[in-house]
Amino acid sequence: MAKKKFVVGCFDDEKVLFPAVKKVRKAGYKIHDVYTPFPIHGLDQAMGLRDTSLHTAGFIYGITGTTTALTFMSWVFNKDWPLNIGGKPHFPLPAFIPITFELTVLFSAVGMVLTFCYLCQLAPFVKKHHFHARATDDLFVMVLECTSRTNEADAKAFLESVGAKEINVQEAEDGWWLGRYAKDQKLYSTPSENSLA
Amino acid sequence: MSFREQFEIPAKYKMWSLILMAVGLVSILVGYFIYGQGDEHAVARFWAVLLYNSVYFLLIVNAAMFFICATTLAMGGWQMSFRRVAEAISTAVIPIGIITGVILIALVVGHQHHIYHWITPDPNDHILMGKIGFLNPTFFIVWTSLTLLGWIFLGAKMRSVSREIDNGGPLSAEQGKKYIFKNTIWGSLYLVWFGLTVASTVPWLWFMSIDAHWYSTMYSWYTFASSFVAGMALITLFVIYLKNQGYLELVNQEHLHDLGKFMFAFSVFWTYLWFSQYMLIWYANIPEETVYFKHRVQGPYRGIFFLNLIINFIAPLLILMRRSSKRNYTLLVFMSVLIIFGHWIDFYQMVIASVSKEHVELGLFDFGVAAGFIGLIMWATGNALSKHSLINRNHPFLKESIIHHT
Repeated sequence: MAKKKFVVGCFDDEKVLFPAVKKVRKAGYKIHDVYTPFPIHGLDQAMGLRDTSLHTAGFIYGITGTTTALTFMSWVFNKDWPLNIGGKPHFPLPAFIPITFELTVLFSAVGMVLTFCYLCQLAPFVKKHHFHARATDDLFVMVLECTSRTNEADAKAFLESVGAKEINVQEAEDGWWLGRYAKDQKLYSTPSENSLA
Repeated sequence: MSFREQFEIPAKYKMWSLILMAVGLVSILVGYFIYGQGDEHAVARFWAVLLYNSVYFLLIVNAAMFFICATTLAMGGWQMSFRRVAEAISTAVIPIGIITGVILIALVVGHQHHIYHWITPDPNDHILMGKIGFLNPTFFIVWTSLTLLGWIFLGAKMRSVSREIDNGGPLSAEQGKKYIFKNTIWGSLYLVWFGLTVASTVPWLWFMSIDAHWYSTMYSWYTFASSFVAGMALITLFVIYLKNQGYLELVNQEHLHDLGKFMFAFSVFWTYLWFSQYMLIWYANIPEETVYFKHRVQGPYRGIFFLNLIINFIAPLLILMRRSSKRNYTLLVFMSVLIIFGHWIDFYQMVIASVSKEHVELGLFDFGVAAGFIGLIMWATGNALSKHSLINRNHPFLKESIIHHT
């Protein structure tokens, strides 16, 4: 729970933001995050964020739900309290499938919501630092993290040169939870995978 | 950037399509001499193989037109960069539709009551007598002809609407709106006809009436899901083939990803219907209903019945779930071939397991006829692709497809 220093640059246009993100990464600054009023397609790739592993977690929660449902029901109907229901076998798989499906969905949904909150460090009664209130309205807020090698004045000048309208320096807690999700950022290179042939 | 808009059929492609069609023709001829003149069971097998193959390949090429109309109505733009491929596949509805029509009408006119025993119902059979308003030769022939003509006509109309802006400059906003409206009108007419045929009556008439006493309300949707997922796999195969030949510069992994999503989603939808149909009948356990599953689950078709579930559900679920696998050309080709084969097996067991309940026969005859239809699809699609530009370059939604991002 260390306080860190951030250089904050605010942009008022998506068209300026994209090249700015590119240039900032090329110059070697570490982008803490970009806060936008709405989801922007392709921004995560432009920022060089690695793909989230939330879906892998979701798959694991899902198969946990599947096994829970199947083992619990087969234990109940075979070992704990065997009942003859309509002359069906004690392990009537087709009858178990709907419940298994529901539990798979429930486990993966609830698990993924909680994991998402953990990854974003959201929880009840936790107050998060806002870098700029208008990030929920009409501003695109790019936050650079200052490392030991960052020169604040240079960073501010650089943000201005790439088109930021409002620039300031803030100190904030960067996380409150153990095992904080450090966003890995790939080194800048020309994207080739999705470019047109 | 210049585009290769004009598809030239490679000599190898043409050769293979002709070879496959020849194999199909030879198979039908040889099959006719081996089975077509034998005892009742052999004759029934001959006709049943023709029936399920022709209907299966007709429905999957028809699904390409359904895909176009459904995305048109949904105001989709992402499919524009490869829409001409789906259009080209749907031209195969004309030759295969004619072949299927001939086979179906021959079945009824030729009194193949080993397949359709409702053709000559027993007057004491009150169930069949109750269905006689629907299951009778006249209605069958009229409705089948109307169905096929409707698909051919409305499909051709959609294709000609797509081509009519090829010559000329970009559309103005007013013209664009009018053009989209025109597309929507014809697309919705096609979809209504599709709903009245594929999604309801046609599977009842062509397939479900083989077990004329039995019925399932899931049957038509089940058939539709089967044909749609295989149709998406077919579109994916052609898109990847053209991409490998250096065409379709505007298609990239984003479009492929969405095609993969369709294959994944409709595999799961197919399973949902497969299971719903099975579970309700299993649960109620009424002899009139379980008769359909008796020889499939507990009889000789057990292996094929569960193989069907593994190929069409477990494999797509586990393999296509990951994002990276939907963006991988090789894996998508593999899954497309697997899905097309899997649903062919599905149609096989839907028809053959009802015609010959005692023993399973799956041999060279089945594969030969299927090869013939595959060759015919390749031939018709290749011809249609080479006739017109591969890109509908004046369509108002084309840009949406170029910048498409999943």
